[in-house]
Amino acid sequence: MKRTTFIILALIISWTIQSNSQNMKALKEKAMGSSELLGAGATFPFPFYSKVFDEYNKIKGVKVNYQAIGSGGGIKQLTSKTVDFGATDAFMDDKELSDAGKPIIHIPTCIGAVVITYNLPGNPKLKFTGDVVSAIFLGKITSWNDKRITSLNKGVKLPNQKIVVVHRSDGSGTTFIFSDYLTKVSKDWESKVGRGKSLNWPIGLGGKGNQGVAGLVQQTPGSIGYVELVYSKSNNMPAALIKNASGNFIEPTMSSVSLSANIELPADTRVSLTNSNSAQGYPMSSFTWLILYKELNYNNRDNKHAKALVDLIWWMVHQGEKYAQPLNYSPLPPQALKKAETILKSVTYNGKPILK
Amino acid sequence: MKKLINKDKIFRGILYASAFFLIVLLFGFFITFILESSESLAKFGFSFITGKQWDPVDGHFGAMPFLLGTLMTSFLALIISFPVSIMIAVFLSEYFYKGFFHNIIKTAVELLAGIPSIVFGFWGLFTLVPLIREFQLAIGIEPYGVGIFTSALVLSIMIIPYTASISREVISMVPTDVKEAAYSLGATKFEVIRKIILPYSGSGIFAGALLALGRALGETMAVTMIIGNSNGMPDSIFAPGNTMASVIANEFTEATDSTYVSALIEIGLLLFIVTALINLIGKYIIKKTVQF
Repeated sequence: MKRTTFIILALIISWTIQSNSQNMKALKEKAMGSSELLGAGATFPFPFYSKVFDEYNKIKGVKVNYQAIGSGGGIKQLTSKTVDFGATDAFMDDKELSDAGKPIIHIPTCIGAVVITYNLPGNPKLKFTGDVVSAIFLGKITSWNDKRITSLNKGVKLPNQKIVVVHRSDGSGTTFIFSDYLTKVSKDWESKVGRGKSLNWPIGLGGKGNQGVAGLVQQTPGSIGYVELVYSKSNNMPAALIKNASGNFIEPTMSSVSLSANIELPADTRVSLTNSNSAQGYPMSSFTWLILYKELNYNNRDNKHAKALVDLIWWMVHQGEKYAQPLNYSPLPPQALKKAETILKSVTYNGKPILK
Repeated sequence: MKKLINKDKIFRGILYASAFFLIVLLFGFFITFILESSESLAKFGFSFITGKQWDPVDGHFGAMPFLLGTLMTSFLALIISFPVSIMIAVFLSEYFYKGFFHNIIKTAVELLAGIPSIVFGFWGLFTLVPLIREFQLAIGIEPYGVGIFTSALVLSIMIIPYTASISREVISMVPTDVKEAAYSLGATKFEVIRKIILPYSGSGIFAGALLALGRALGETMAVTMIIGNSNGMPDSIFAPGNTMASVIANEFTEATDSTYVSALIEIGLLLFIVTALINLIGKYIIKKTVQF
C-alpha cells in the first residue's frame, strides 16, 4: 500500500519537474534562437513602444514581444537574462549596475513628463513653484486659498476649499520622477519623504496607476494629483505651469518637455532631467530608457539575433521617433539622439562592434 | 476477483496521494514564504507587526496599518453582510422554498459569487464612492468617498453568497419532524425560526460566515480600487486605509530592493497566518458551541 502511494507521488513530482524544465527550455529557445525579440519593463512608454514594435514588424518582419511589467521587473528580467532588452523610467544606479556583473548600457528612447493636475470649479490655469507643490503634498498647505498659492496666481479666484491630495498607490516611475524633482527643490521634502518609486506619503489618497489617479482627481472636488502628461491630455484635465530652475513658469507641452533635455548630457545618458537648467524646459521631465548588455554574446545568442536587436533600437530612435508625438511623447532632441547613436555603436558581439 | 482488489488499491493510492499532496503543498507555501521573507524577518523581527511606518525610501517597514486595515474592512463587511445573508437563507428555505421566485433569488445570490472582483471595484468606484462622498459631506466629515467604510460595503455584498448559500443548505437540513413538533405545540413561524431552526443550524451558519470572512480577508482588486491606499494608521472607519493584500498588489511590481521585496513577502506570510488563525479560532468556537 505504502509503496503504491510512494510510486504515484514520485511519478507526479518527476512529471512536474520535467514539464517545468521543458517549459524553461522552450522559453530559452524563444529568447535566443528565433527572430523574435523579447523585451520587458516600463509601463509608461508602453503605448509608444507597442506602436513602434508593431510598425517595425510590418516593415522589417521582425517580431518584438514586449511585456509592460514595470521598470523594476524590466531590470530584473534583463539581469536574469530572460529577455533581450529591458525598459526603465529610472536609470539603474551604480550599485545596480555593478550587481549586474557585466556592463549594461542605457539608450534613451523618448522623454516623458509628469504634470500636476487638479479639480477646481472652472479648472483655471494655475502656476506652482516646487516649494508650493512640496508643501501641498506634505500636508502643510491645506486650503486652496492659502496665501502661498494665491500669491503665485494673481487674478485667479481660488475657493476656500480643502485640498485633497491624490498620489499613486503602486510603485511607479511616475512617482520617482515626481519625488526626484521635489527632492531637488525642497529641503523639507528631501528630509521627510525623499525619492523613490513608492513613498511613505504623509497624507492623501492613493490611486492605482495613472488612470486611477486621474479618476480620483476627476471625481473628488478640490483634489490635486500628479499624472503622466499623456493622461492629463487624454482625460482633458488641467496641467499646472511649474517654475523651472531658470525662474520661468513653463507649461507642459511636447516641446517644453523635449527642451528639458537641452543640457549637457553625460556620455552614458544616465541623467535626471528634473529641474534641469534648460531655460525653457519643463522641470518635471525624464528620459525613459531601453537597457541591454553591452556584450551580446551570452546565453548562446547568435550574431544574427544580436544584430536584429541593435537594428531594432537604431530604427526606434531614428524612424521610430515620428510615432512619439501623436501619442503625446516627446521625441529625443538632436544632442540626445547623437549620444544614443554613440552608445549603440559601442554594442559588441564577441568584442566586435555590431554597427559600423 | 484479484483484479478488482487491485483496482481498489490503486484508487485508494490515488486518494492518499492527492490528500498527502495537499498537505505538502500547504507546508511548501509556508516554507517558501518564510525563506523568501527571511531577510525582513531577521531585520525587523516582531516590530514588523507593531511598526506603524511603511517607508520604502528609508527601508523601514512596519505592517500595523495594513493589518488593521485588513481586519477592519473584513469584520465590518461581515457585520454588515451577516444579518442580510441569514435573512436571505431563511427566506429561501422557509418562505419561498420552491417555485419560480425561489429559483430567481437563488440564482441571483449564486451569480453574485461569480462576478469578478474588478467589476465590483468599478461599481464601487463609480457608483458607491460618489454616494458615500455625499453622505460624508452631509454628516460633516472629510469627503474622501473612498476609504475603509466604502470597501467594507462592497466587500459585504461580495461575501453575501458564501454565508447565504451555506446557511440555506444547513437550514434546509433541519429535520421536518422537529419543526412540526414545535408547530404542534403552538409555536409561531417566527418562534420556530428563532428557537428551532437557527440554533439547530448554528454551527453550519457560523462555518459559512467563516468562509465569507476568509474571502473578505484576501480580497485584493476591488478593495485596492476603493480603499484610498493610504499607508497611515486609519483613525476612523471613514478614513482611507490599506489592506495587506492590496499593498502587495500595489507595490510588488516595482519593488527592486531585496529588503523591500522580502518585507512584501512577509506581509503575505502575515496574511497567511492571520487567515489560518481566524479559521482555527472559528473551528474551536464551533466545537464549543454546537448544541444538538
